[in-house]
Amino acid sequence: MVAANAHPALAREPKERIKDAVGMLYDSTVCIGCKACVSACKQFNETPSSFSSTDELWDNPLDNDSKTYNIIKLYKDGTGAAKDQEKDGHAYIKRQCMHCVDPACVSACPVSALAKDPANGIVSYDKKACIGCRYCQIACPFNVPKFEFEKAFPQIRKCQLCSHRMEKGDFAACAQYCPTGATIYGKVEDLLAEAKKRLAYKPGELRKYPVERVNGGQVTERIVTPYVMHIYGEKEGGGTQVLYLSGVAFEKLGLPALEETSDAQRSETIQHTIYKGMIAPIVFLGGLVYAVHKNTKDHK
Amino acid sequence: MSEESKPIGGEFLTTPFKVLAGFTLFAGLLVLIRYVMGIGAVSNLSDGYPWGIWITYDVVAGTAIACGGYSMAILVYVLNKGEYHPLIRPALLASVFGYTLAAISIFIDIGRYWQGYNMFWPKYSNVNSVMLEVAVCIALYVMVLWIEFAPVLFEGMQKYKGNLPAFLTKWDVSGLQKIWSKFLFFFIALGILLPTMHQSSLGSLMLIAGKKLSPLWQTGFLPLLFLISAITMGYAIVIFESLFSSVGLKRPAETPILAKLSGIMPWLIGTYLVIRVLDLIVRGALGKAFAFNVQSLMFWIENALFVYPLVILMSAQNRTKARPLFLSALSILLAGLIYRFNAFLIGFDPGNGWTYFPSFSEILITFGIIAFEVMAYLYIVKKFPVLPKTEHA
Repeated sequence: MVAANAHPALAREPKERIKDAVGMLYDSTVCIGCKACVSACKQFNETPSSFSSTDELWDNPLDNDSKTYNIIKLYKDGTGAAKDQEKDGHAYIKRQCMHCVDPACVSACPVSALAKDPANGIVSYDKKACIGCRYCQIACPFNVPKFEFEKAFPQIRKCQLCSHRMEKGDFAACAQYCPTGATIYGKVEDLLAEAKKRLAYKPGELRKYPVERVNGGQVTERIVTPYVMHIYGEKEGGGTQVLYLSGVAFEKLGLPALEETSDAQRSETIQHTIYKGMIAPIVFLGGLVYAVHKNTKDHK
Repeated sequence: MSEESKPIGGEFLTTPFKVLAGFTLFAGLLVLIRYVMGIGAVSNLSDGYPWGIWITYDVVAGTAIACGGYSMAILVYVLNKGEYHPLIRPALLASVFGYTLAAISIFIDIGRYWQGYNMFWPKYSNVNSVMLEVAVCIALYVMVLWIEFAPVLFEGMQKYKGNLPAFLTKWDVSGLQKIWSKFLFFFIALGILLPTMHQSSLGSLMLIAGKKLSPLWQTGFLPLLFLISAITMGYAIVIFESLFSSVGLKRPAETPILAKLSGIMPWLIGTYLVIRVLDLIVRGALGKAFAFNVQSLMFWIENALFVYPLVILMSAQNRTKARPLFLSALSILLAGLIYRFNAFLIGFDPGNGWTYFPSFSEILITFGIIAFEVMAYLYIVKKFPVLPKTEHA
C-alpha cells in the first residue's frame, strides 16, 4: 500500500517556468550595501522597524523577519578588505522570497493560503485562508515565510514582489529604488539572458548595466569584476524567479546548495503515488469492511 | 462480549488525581496567556523552528502512542484473533483520549485557529498538501474513535447506573445500542483505514523539508517507517498499560495474553530495522551516524531502543515474564518517541544558527495535556466497563 519508491509513470512532472513570469536579478558584485532597498521595502509594504540593538533608535534587523521582507546581509572573511573576494574580503547578499518555480510553501500549505500566480508566478499570501500551521516555514528551503509569534492574531509575512504596486505601473520597490542597478526587475527570461550576458563579460571591461528594470532603458556604466560562473536560481530547487550573480561562492553568502529536483515534486510524487484517485484507500477500506463484518459475526 | 469487562470502581478523587488536576489547571492558565499574548509569549518557537514539542510530542508522537486501538483492531478484526478481545477496550480508551487531546492541542499550536475550518472547505483545501491529508484523517479518526467507544459508555449507562451522575443515567440508550450494533463494523473498518493513512502521512510531512532534515532521517521511506513504528508502538502501549495498571490499580497481571501478543513484536521491529538500515546504506547516509554530534548520538539511542526489545522479545521465555515484557514495551515506546523527535526536531536544522529548546511554559502545557489524558483514563476505567474482569486474567 505504501509505495516509497514511486513508479516513474506516476511521478509528478517537474514544473516549467511560466512564460511571462517576473522576478529580479541581484548582482552581488554591483551592490554597495547602501540598504536603500531595505528602506524602500519597509516604506512601500508599510512594515514597522525591526531592532537588533537595545536602544531601538533605527531599523537595524539582522535577518529577514515578520517586519523585514527584504534585507542586505554581509559576508566577511579575515580583514574583509577586498570586495567580492572570498579570502580577506567581503560581499553583500540580498535576501527575500525567491518566488520559486515550484514552491515548497505552496505545495505544503493545506489551505492554499500561499499561491503562485498563474500569469506572473508571484508567490503571494492570503490571510483569509491561512490557519497559522507554519508548515510553509518547515517546507521553505530558504526560510522565507515569517510568522508573528508575538501577536495574538498572527499572520505569515513575506515578500510578494510588490504585487500591490503593479496596478499603478510600479514594480518591486527594492529594484525601483536601487541606485546602482544591483537589483533589477523584469521578466525572468530577460533576467536570465542578462545574467548569462554578464557571465560572458571579461573582468576589467567597461559595460552597460541596466538599472531598475532589465529592459527599462536606464543604464549605468561599470567596470566588470570577476564572477563565479554560475547563475544561482536558474536550476536550484527546480528554479527560482529571483536570480543571483556573485563574486564569491554562493554557499558563503548563505544560499543553500539545492538539487535541481524541487522538494515539492519529491513530496507530491510520493504522496500522489499512495493516494492516486483515492483508489488504494477505497480498495483497502472495502477489504477491511468485508473482513471486519465477517469477523465480528464470528465473535458473536 | 460485555461480560469480559467491568468498572473497577473506587474513589476517583484520589491524591494522584488531584495532583494531575493541578497540572492541568496550571497548563490551562498558560494556554490562556498564549491566546492573549501570542504563541511567542509562552514558547521558544521561532521562524527557524516553527514546530516544537507541541507538534512533535502532542500530535506526532502522541497519536503514535495512542495507536493501541488501531493495532489491536488489526489483530482482532482483520486477522480474526478473537482471544485478544479483552484488550480492545482499554486500548481503545487510551486511543480516544490520546487522539482527542492531540486534536485539541493542534488548536493551541496553530496561529490562526479561528480559521481552522478552512481545512475542510473545498475552496481552500489543497490536495497536494500532506498536512491536509493528516489533518482531515485525524479529525475523522477522532470521531470514529468516539463512535467505536460509545458502546462502552452505553453499557455503563445501562448496567452501572450507581457509578454515574444522574444526568447521564436518565437517558434510555437501548435504541442507540441497537443502531450501533448494526453499523459498528463499518466504523471499525474505517478506524483501521484512517490511522494507516495518517500515521504514514505524519512521516511524509517531513519529505518537503528536504535538506533541512538530516539524511539520517530524510528518506522516501519516512511514511513506511512511521507506519510500522506506529503499529509497533500500538502493541507496546497495550502491554505497557496493562502491566502498569496491574501494579498501579492493584490488579492481577494479564501476562499469558500479553506474552502471546508480544510474540508479534520481534517481527515488526525486525522488519522496521531491516528497512531502516538498508535505506541508510543504499542512500550512503550511514556515515552521518559516526559524526559524533548530537544528531548521531540521538540516532544511536533511537536505534538501540529498537534493538533492545527485539533481542529481549525473541526469547519466548522472556515474553512470559512481566519485567522483561514491561521494559521491552517501554523501550519500544521510547524508541518510537525518539524517532519522531529526531525526524521532526533533532535532525531538523534550518541553518543560519537557529536553535530550539522548549520553554518551561511550553513543557508545562504538554504536561498538562498528558495529565488530563491520564485523569480522563482513570475516571473512565473506574466508572465504565473498560478493563477486563480480573478472573479472566
